[in-house]
Amino acid sequence: MNSLPRIRLEKRLDTPRWLGIATPVFSVLAALLVIALIFGLLGVNPLIAYARIFTGAFGSLYGLSETVTKAIPLMLAGVGLAVAFRTRVYNIGAEGQLLIGAICATGVALFVPGIPDGLRLPAMFGAGALGGALWALIPAVLKARLRIDEVLTSLMTVYIASELVNHLVYGPWKGPGEWGFPYTDKFPLAAQIPRIGITRVHYPTLILALLAAVLAYILVQRTRWGFEIRVTGENPEAARYAGMNYLRTVMLVMALSGALAGIAGVGEVAGIHYRLRYPQGISPGYGFTAIIVAWLARLNPLGVILTSLLIGGLLVGGDAIQLAMGLPSATVYLFNGMILLFVLGGDLFTRYRIRMEFPGRTVVTPVRLEQEEVG
Amino acid sequence: MSIWSYIFSVLQAAIPAGTPLLYGTLGEVTAERSGVVNLGVEGMMIMGAVTAFGVAQATGNAFLAIAAAALVGGLLALIHAFASITLRVNQVVSGLALTMLGLGISGMIGKQFIGMPPRVQLKPVPIPGLSDLPVLGPLLFQHDLLVYIGLLMVPVLWFLFYRTRWGISLRSVGENPATADAMGVNVFQVRYLAVFFGGLMAGIGGAYLSIVYAPAWIEGMTAGIGWIVIALTIFAMWDPVRGLLGAYLFGSVRVLQYRLQGLGISPPLLNMLPFILTILVLMFSAGEAMRKRLGAPAALMQPYTREER
Repeated sequence: MNSLPRIRLEKRLDTPRWLGIATPVFSVLAALLVIALIFGLLGVNPLIAYARIFTGAFGSLYGLSETVTKAIPLMLAGVGLAVAFRTRVYNIGAEGQLLIGAICATGVALFVPGIPDGLRLPAMFGAGALGGALWALIPAVLKARLRIDEVLTSLMTVYIASELVNHLVYGPWKGPGEWGFPYTDKFPLAAQIPRIGITRVHYPTLILALLAAVLAYILVQRTRWGFEIRVTGENPEAARYAGMNYLRTVMLVMALSGALAGIAGVGEVAGIHYRLRYPQGISPGYGFTAIIVAWLARLNPLGVILTSLLIGGLLVGGDAIQLAMGLPSATVYLFNGMILLFVLGGDLFTRYRIRMEFPGRTVVTPVRLEQEEVG
Repeated sequence: MSIWSYIFSVLQAAIPAGTPLLYGTLGEVTAERSGVVNLGVEGMMIMGAVTAFGVAQATGNAFLAIAAAALVGGLLALIHAFASITLRVNQVVSGLALTMLGLGISGMIGKQFIGMPPRVQLKPVPIPGLSDLPVLGPLLFQHDLLVYIGLLMVPVLWFLFYRTRWGISLRSVGENPATADAMGVNVFQVRYLAVFFGGLMAGIGGAYLSIVYAPAWIEGMTAGIGWIVIALTIFAMWDPVRGLLGAYLFGSVRVLQYRLQGLGISPPLLNMLPFILTILVLMFSAGEAMRKRLGAPAALMQPYTREER
């Protein structure tokens, strides 16, 4: 053992700017390489698959418009998660908050009479945001009051929300005009979000998503509350000593990320489907994929704009190869998991320098630093 | 049917239903005792399920299938071990990534198995003598081999944890790795082994689903069981015996879920039951932990490093 060089991680004092951009890019490339290997092992030609993914997502105007369409929910949910994860609040329940947003929007669209046409959509967005925020507050309150880990509870609320949608579309809200499908009736025109031309890009939601990204960035970087978020995330102890209200911060970031995920749900039912359907029909896991979107952006809300388009493209391309090559829909999870794993591993290079140590030689470490958890 | 015989029949069915949870929980309890949370249980389980089904179809040998499932679970766990112990990355996110990976790869591998009738099945093996006992006999001793092994693992792990040197090492690494290190315990080795063991157990739990309980391959067939395991680990207060209780409790809920459908209750609402119960169980555990000042292993989720102490 002693003659082998030892690998040692040494903390970086600061991260060079180029490295912050280069590592996610290389991480994704490395992940794609390993996925290609797995494809090969499973008898799928990776070159053909990747070519189809790329042309499917970016090779035509239709593909591009679909990429943007799928980026909308990812961007909304991803921005919220980026802020939450920065605070080290692990809201894994965006998928459920999205579905609750969809339910609330549907309720306002179909079952609340007397709203003037012009206010119907704003009311739906408001209801969706509120519903998502309240749903996210379940794990937040449990964390704040009973110190229950939010990872599990937020995830449990996804399953519950999903079954709630099922219950509604198979039961009380099932549309009589839907030929027995598990759908509600179609939304009236005033409850449909306008789209760009013949595409499915429901642009008002897109504008909301872009706005959310910019505002979240300003919030985190430029406001006092953003400062509290950053301090709480980096050092909860210090935040407490400085008199910052940890529990309030947790509740606020949970509510914020829940509201944004809820808005994403409104966009899906009112901008794409014009009805509530079975849960997988509304979202093929946007809330989970948004975790990768946020992490890939290194938890920077502005970066989420870019990464949501990238991952949105991957989803569109993924649909294309599923159809063309007969792959199951779960393939998307392979991409998600592998990319997340590599991005996580790649983060290491931005925080640490990797040193090889050869026995017999002394390595002089200039500064001895306090231990910090690798976030 | 009298109320007692109804309860009895639910409990009897709850034991096989809870067995995948039991394996998963015992594995996760061990991993977390060493200070590593592995949120990849769902992914390791589903990979175990697809591996077991595939190997069983190919070889016709149930034991080979279970062994292969365990190994695949263990190998996946090693990815998490490398990420969280050696690279010291965020354990929550690494575990999530593992779950997604498992769901994705199992979906791709398993596509060919959808709708296939199973080639092998583990038959119940009544234990001679014990299976004739009144009540306890049919309740506990007329199941398949994996149920017995799972049950047996509970006292074995309890003994290992609390009565052996090995258990002291494991627990000390999870409570205070720096001290354990100073006492000569190899923190990294213990953690790697504990996480690997967790993977083996999750793999077996998955195998139970696909070749015994279902028995069939259905995409995404774990359906949240892996996440319930994480909650059960907390409910169990990291103790194998309480893990057993929790696993069979959730097994009963699973059984009731199907039985109550017959009464005309909406299936989606019944499907919520295990997840609502999970939240309730976590609330109960939190209250209990506060009262008795019990808690998680002190170094849970904290990567250990010698250099930067």
